[in-house]
Amino acid sequence: MSTATSARATGSAPRSKLAGTLYRGHEGMWSWVAHRITGILTFFFLFAHVLDTALVRVSPNSYDTVIDTYKNPFVNLLEIGLVGAVLFHGLNGLRIIAVDFWSRGPKLQRAMLWIIVAVWVVVMIPGAFFMFKHSFEVMFGSGS
Amino acid sequence: MSTTDELTIPAPRSSSRRRLRGRTNTELYAWLFMRVSGVLLLVLVLGHLFIMNILDGGVQRINFGFVAGRWASPFWQVWDLLMLWLAMIHGTIGLRTVINDYTRRDGTRVTLKMVLYTATALVIALGTLVIFTFDPNIT
Repeated sequence: MSTATSARATGSAPRSKLAGTLYRGHEGMWSWVAHRITGILTFFFLFAHVLDTALVRVSPNSYDTVIDTYKNPFVNLLEIGLVGAVLFHGLNGLRIIAVDFWSRGPKLQRAMLWIIVAVWVVVMIPGAFFMFKHSFEVMFGSGS
Repeated sequence: MSTTDELTIPAPRSSSRRRLRGRTNTELYAWLFMRVSGVLLLVLVLGHLFIMNILDGGVQRINFGFVAGRWASPFWQVWDLLMLWLAMIHGTIGLRTVINDYTRRDGTRVTLKMVLYTATALVIALGTLVIFTFDPNIT
């Protein structure tokens, strides 16, 4: 298959100077990279999270002590990052499923990426606001 | 092209019959599991993140009493148990793919995957035990 034909088949025009590569350096590759990184980060966090929750089996005090870490404003920022990573991974996962199972999926993969990026932004703005609200109040006055 | 070239290069898929015999569908099931568990996790994990981080005071209200209240209900026990198993297996299959992609030596690959599977089994066992043996009156 020629480059021109495959370009039309995936609904994209060859724009890059890397002649003959439709994938490398484009949205397809970067969404794949982001999917890997967010997946690995979330999985490593999951190990830590099962262990910290397991402290409920040790004593209420040890659990509460460790859970207080999550309430620190800096860790709170990391949690927003985690939520962002999980949300991207989930939305992009839906896009991957659409590419695999929907006949028009491969043709619309790029459009779908920008749709999920838009959804991500729309969800993350109020999400980050409400997650950080308390930390903000603690840091700048009115909170306790 | 000379005849010699054709003889030195095996015809494509020449040995497929041999490879097909005795083969399993592990990779297919792993691929399918990622998609099915992914959709379920989308609901379970995003629901979990919303409840724990945003709803009703967010992370600031979480303590031992909060966990005890939640796990008094079988609904949240099943939710958390399902989320634990699906997320751990989903993540393990994902990391298995990453290990397969980047390791060059057989020994490295096998070792990393054994470490991964052992860690996964331990964490699933621990998490399951905690959910089933949780005691709200522990001191």
